[in-house]
Amino acid sequence: MWDAFVAVFARDVLQAWRRRADWLTSIFFFVIVVSLFPLGVGPEPALLRTMAPGVVWVAALLAAMLSLPRVFGSDFADGTLEQLVLTPHPLTVLVLAKMLAHWLLSGVPLALIAPVLGLQFGLEGGPVGVLFAALLLGTPCLSLIGGVGAALTLGVRGSGVLIALLVLPLYVPVLIFGAGAVEATVAGTGAAGHLSLLAAGLLIAIVLAPWAIAAALRIALE
Amino acid sequence: MLEVRDLACQRGEQPLFNGVSFDVSAGELLWVEGRNGSGKTSLLRILCGLSPAEAGTVRWRGESIHDAREALLHDTLFLAHANGLKDDLTVAENLRFDARLAGLHASAERIEAALRACGLRERRDLAVRYLSQGQRRRAALARLWMAESRKLWILDEPFAALDAESVDRLAAHLGAHLDAGGLAVLTTHQEVPLPAGRTRRLRLAH
Repeated sequence: MWDAFVAVFARDVLQAWRRRADWLTSIFFFVIVVSLFPLGVGPEPALLRTMAPGVVWVAALLAAMLSLPRVFGSDFADGTLEQLVLTPHPLTVLVLAKMLAHWLLSGVPLALIAPVLGLQFGLEGGPVGVLFAALLLGTPCLSLIGGVGAALTLGVRGSGVLIALLVLPLYVPVLIFGAGAVEATVAGTGAAGHLSLLAAGLLIAIVLAPWAIAAALRIALE
Repeated sequence: MLEVRDLACQRGEQPLFNGVSFDVSAGELLWVEGRNGSGKTSLLRILCGLSPAEAGTVRWRGESIHDAREALLHDTLFLAHANGLKDDLTVAENLRFDARLAGLHASAERIEAALRACGLRERRDLAVRYLSQGQRRRAALARLWMAESRKLWILDEPFAALDAESVDRLAAHLGAHLDAGGLAVLTTHQEVPLPAGRTRRLRLAH
């Protein structure tokens, strides 16, 4: 089972490496959206610091969503999804490998770039560190929740819009606690509570999302 | 070993087939025939547990495939219409990942031997996107040369897009699989040299 987990993960990462443009698009989208805000609202440092967590998180949500239709869409189209479902290994484990690859390619780059972008908004050391930690905890939640939406809309016409409608409301707690962690640090009240809630959300998503995704994939293939 | 009783299938409001029953024993091949839309692919998908049947039962080694799904998947190799290959990966990479996923032995020698058997050895490091349709089909079929341990082969149009030499090679390999006590269920619209005496035909009327 572990070998199959590694095989799915390695295949997705290798394939993404060969199609770098697909994943770089989401990352550039994130950088451009976040960078446009200071140009639009002006150079007022206090205003920028207040806006920073929300802007970074909303851009991260949208960037993470851009890549969702591809997570299972290409497997569905080329027949590899059928092969995946027909292996003797638990589908939930294989789905978890796919979502781990998705997070590595779409979530981790956002978490790594965000501290640099935070400097544009006048965020300093502590809040920047919390922004990084919150994104490290929050982006896997985005991948897992998004994976459920992607699996539920597999093979449906106009699935991109449907995914947004399904997934964005579920992203709200991640947005609130993720942005709230940075705001709390800026306000000096500490981010431990927010980060703990994000970690709890991640644990729940790790347990429930692969199961829901696997069920949705089986239905899509029927 | 494979027992199908009173199988019925419906797609949307459209009934595809009713009351389909057959047995396939070790060393036998079942050739499913029928016009386009008669339900051949649906039947194969039901046999490997991908799609549900409207009615009827499918038993593998005496147990319902719903109760013994894991055993069925350990014994089955399903080749669908779609080749199940990643365009951006090379032929050898596709085979290696595929074998690891299926829990098959995936040494470099085995992959090499499978590619040689399919006439794709020279294309092993070429991305699948650069292959012709027939070569892609051969790359997908290379799985059969790595899956001798799988008793039940379920193949949807395996001969499609193949040249005459590849058809003969696949037919011979099917014969060897049956000789080793394997079973096969396949669909094809072509008249192909399937192993004589061990091939039975099932016609789905629509």
